[in-house]
Amino acid sequence: MSFPWAKEYKPSHPFMKWMDDRLPLPRLVYNAVGSGYEVPRNLNYFWNFGFLAGLCLVLQIVTGIVMAMHYASNTAVAFDTIEMTVRDVNWGWLMRYAHANGASAFFVVIYIHIFRGFYYGSYKAPREMVWLLGVVIFLLMMATAFMGYVLPWGQMSFWGAKVITGLFSAIPLVGEPLQQWLLGGFAPDNAALNRFFSLHYLLPFVILGVVILHIWALHIPGSSNPTGVEVKSESDTVPFYPYYVAKDGWAIGVFAFLYCLMVFFFPNALGHPDNYIPANPMSTPAHIVPEWYFWPFYAILRAFTQDFFFIPAKLMGVLAMFGAILVWFFLPWLDKSPVRSGSYRPMYKKFFWFGLIPAMAVLFYCGGAPAEEPYVMFSQIAALYYFAHFLIVLPIVSAIEKPLPLPYSITESVLGEDEAAKLAPSA
Amino acid sequence: MAEVDGVRRRDFINIAAVSAAGVAGVGVVIPLVSQMSASADVLAASSTEVDISSIQPGQAIKAIFRKQPVFVRNLTPKEIKEANAVDVSTLRDPQTLEERTKEGKENWLITMGVCTHLGCVPLGAGDGENRGEFGGYFCPCHGSSYDTAARIRKGPAPKNLEVPEYEFTSDTVVKIG
Amino acid sequence: MARILSILVGLFFTVALAWSFVLGAITAATEPSPLTAEKKFHLGPKEVHFSFDGPFGKFDNQQLQRGFQVYKEVCSACHALKHVAFRDLAALGYTEAEVKAIAAGFSVPGVDPNTGESTMRPGAPTDYFPSPFANDVAARAANNNAIPPDLSLITKARHEGSAYVYSLMTGFQEQPAELLKEFPDAKTPSGLHYNPYFANLNLAMAPPLVADGQVEYGDGTKSTVDQMSKDVAAFLTWAAEPKLEKRKQTGWPILGFLLFATILGYMSYRNIWADKKH
Repeated sequence: MSFPWAKEYKPSHPFMKWMDDRLPLPRLVYNAVGSGYEVPRNLNYFWNFGFLAGLCLVLQIVTGIVMAMHYASNTAVAFDTIEMTVRDVNWGWLMRYAHANGASAFFVVIYIHIFRGFYYGSYKAPREMVWLLGVVIFLLMMATAFMGYVLPWGQMSFWGAKVITGLFSAIPLVGEPLQQWLLGGFAPDNAALNRFFSLHYLLPFVILGVVILHIWALHIPGSSNPTGVEVKSESDTVPFYPYYVAKDGWAIGVFAFLYCLMVFFFPNALGHPDNYIPANPMSTPAHIVPEWYFWPFYAILRAFTQDFFFIPAKLMGVLAMFGAILVWFFLPWLDKSPVRSGSYRPMYKKFFWFGLIPAMAVLFYCGGAPAEEPYVMFSQIAALYYFAHFLIVLPIVSAIEKPLPLPYSITESVLGEDEAAKLAPSA
Repeated sequence: MAEVDGVRRRDFINIAAVSAAGVAGVGVVIPLVSQMSASADVLAASSTEVDISSIQPGQAIKAIFRKQPVFVRNLTPKEIKEANAVDVSTLRDPQTLEERTKEGKENWLITMGVCTHLGCVPLGAGDGENRGEFGGYFCPCHGSSYDTAARIRKGPAPKNLEVPEYEFTSDTVVKIG
Repeated sequence: MARILSILVGLFFTVALAWSFVLGAITAATEPSPLTAEKKFHLGPKEVHFSFDGPFGKFDNQQLQRGFQVYKEVCSACHALKHVAFRDLAALGYTEAEVKAIAAGFSVPGVDPNTGESTMRPGAPTDYFPSPFANDVAARAANNNAIPPDLSLITKARHEGSAYVYSLMTGFQEQPAELLKEFPDAKTPSGLHYNPYFANLNLAMAPPLVADGQVEYGDGTKSTVDQMSKDVAAFLTWAAEPKLEKRKQTGWPILGFLLFATILGYMSYRNIWADKKH
């Protein structure tokens, strides 16, 4: 769907007309990210992160293909081939650092993108499908990142593979055989490394496919906006090109600057030194942690230290860790408030800023800390709030909350004090 | 007039911004292309030493140079004579045996074992292999025949078997590359 | 209905967490986890400055050559450097002939061309630094059951690796009496050596750099233990990341260009939106 005032693609050059009649690819681009896509005029900078996430995916696919050209997925040489890439291949050091830090950049961008969705209620009707596909992308990203981290076959790679597949052994009855099936053996070895490499190469393209669906689903109702008020008239929107191309363009500059700062000057800051030690199945590092982007979920996993009735602590932890993300799938139906934007929801806003955000911050911090007190207790409180927020607070708040009055339209919210705005609503 | 200038200034900035993006794009392509060329470890391992003391006249051995075969042949006087008897002007790739060997070591013919047609390894270096109708090397892939100086005489190959850079470090050792 | 279900699921997780929290809190209050000698006496690396620190840092070739000499004369008896090839030493300022001579000074495993038997031959520039032991079993047997780690990546494989190597080299000492008083069980076992910069305080390696002048420097630098430790830390930093200098030098022009392009992009964005209030 597009708004009735959206411009229609009119091929100017005869060749483009010829093309449009046979394969309307230029039309598709025009309507997706060109002048044919009408976008609310009041988007703030949080709305740049979808575009940036797409850029990160491309970045990771390109640098990943390069890394794969020099890599061998055999436990005897995997570590050495990456060292060889860094030391001897032309620009190999850049490719390696770009790919490793690119993963972190991708997660920074995606977490901000998700944060935007939470605060502005982007998951609400009619955009539930956009949200669901987004959660699928996030899950696929986590799987891809995990398998990618195994490939260098360092100490953290090996023990990460062992611990994460160990999660599946918590499942009653089928757990142990399932773990063996996942690894193709009793412990991570060639079989596991090979399949992780194969899947690590495949999944980004699956992500790309789901991203296309995500964008497709977005284009049906069009982009949301910080007021959460739907588009009503032509004055509410601007065409994507040139307006948002320009805005995304300069945002890319800022992103690229920060990213290059990391790649060229702090390339190992986000990695763990132990992964520069080749995998040793006989000795576990003193302090194993996953990559930073898994910390909140790792903290939730470790927060369950006691058996709960007949459920063992290990299983509870695994259930909660997966549950913590799966609950996002139900978000559109847990938060029934008709008002989208957190800006007009006084009660929700309080729980968001003083509940969810501090809880996430604590989980992030504790996930990277050693499994000792007081970190475990902190993460227990934070995880408790995390689940309460989504499953108890949101349903109740959305039922009892009295939202603030919404602006009549996007135009009014933008031109509120403007004389021109007073004319617009009566139209 | 001022407005016209304003429009022009704006256009200029937009064009500059798009150009900068283009420059960045080209900059990104450079390492992506360059990473595919030979890496430092491959380039470093590009010389090889061969002990030739046990090669009898009429015999040849295959050594490895840059991951490719190199033929080291000890020519018999008869083979040398045959090679010198050829009218160079009739050759596809005119070269004398002298030009293809080192002074005083004319019996040592050292060439790449790579057919100049499409890169197969010609026969003739091993004992009892088909040496083709000119008594040098014969490539079984597309039937190129080389003579005793490893010059192309018949078949699709455009050039003589390549002579790599080499030097005798002693009477019995050749360093190739 | 859906609301009640979600609240029930929420209660399930929150009550389980509260249960874990309460029991954990009781345990923490009644049996606080004991302080260990490691926790109390382990030290982070010392403050030390190298020429390659900071965004404009560069290697000091003189220092790298001295550090290499320390590695060659002291460390290489037990520690391999398997990711570094002799040819890489050209980056330290050695000439081709010097690199060849250094390589030839090491024996690397080879094959006798006539019999096919394993043998040792002099190294060539394309060879990598050989391991001093044939395999892990031999390494273990010769070193009191502790395998000396490969040093190619040691400064990347430890937090603040360069400072760590320097601290470890200069950190050997008598076990403090205070420690023994507080943790009588934590006495350094015989065969191990006390060093507060090592994660568990006791390591198998005996102090490798013990006396000033142990290595005779060719460039006139006084080879104190402190100097040798610093030099070898610098050399191992280079060995772990030979491209460090190139990385930093490539980074500046790129950041500069990006800054310029981003400002242009911002101006262009302001232009395009000039007539749209938003």
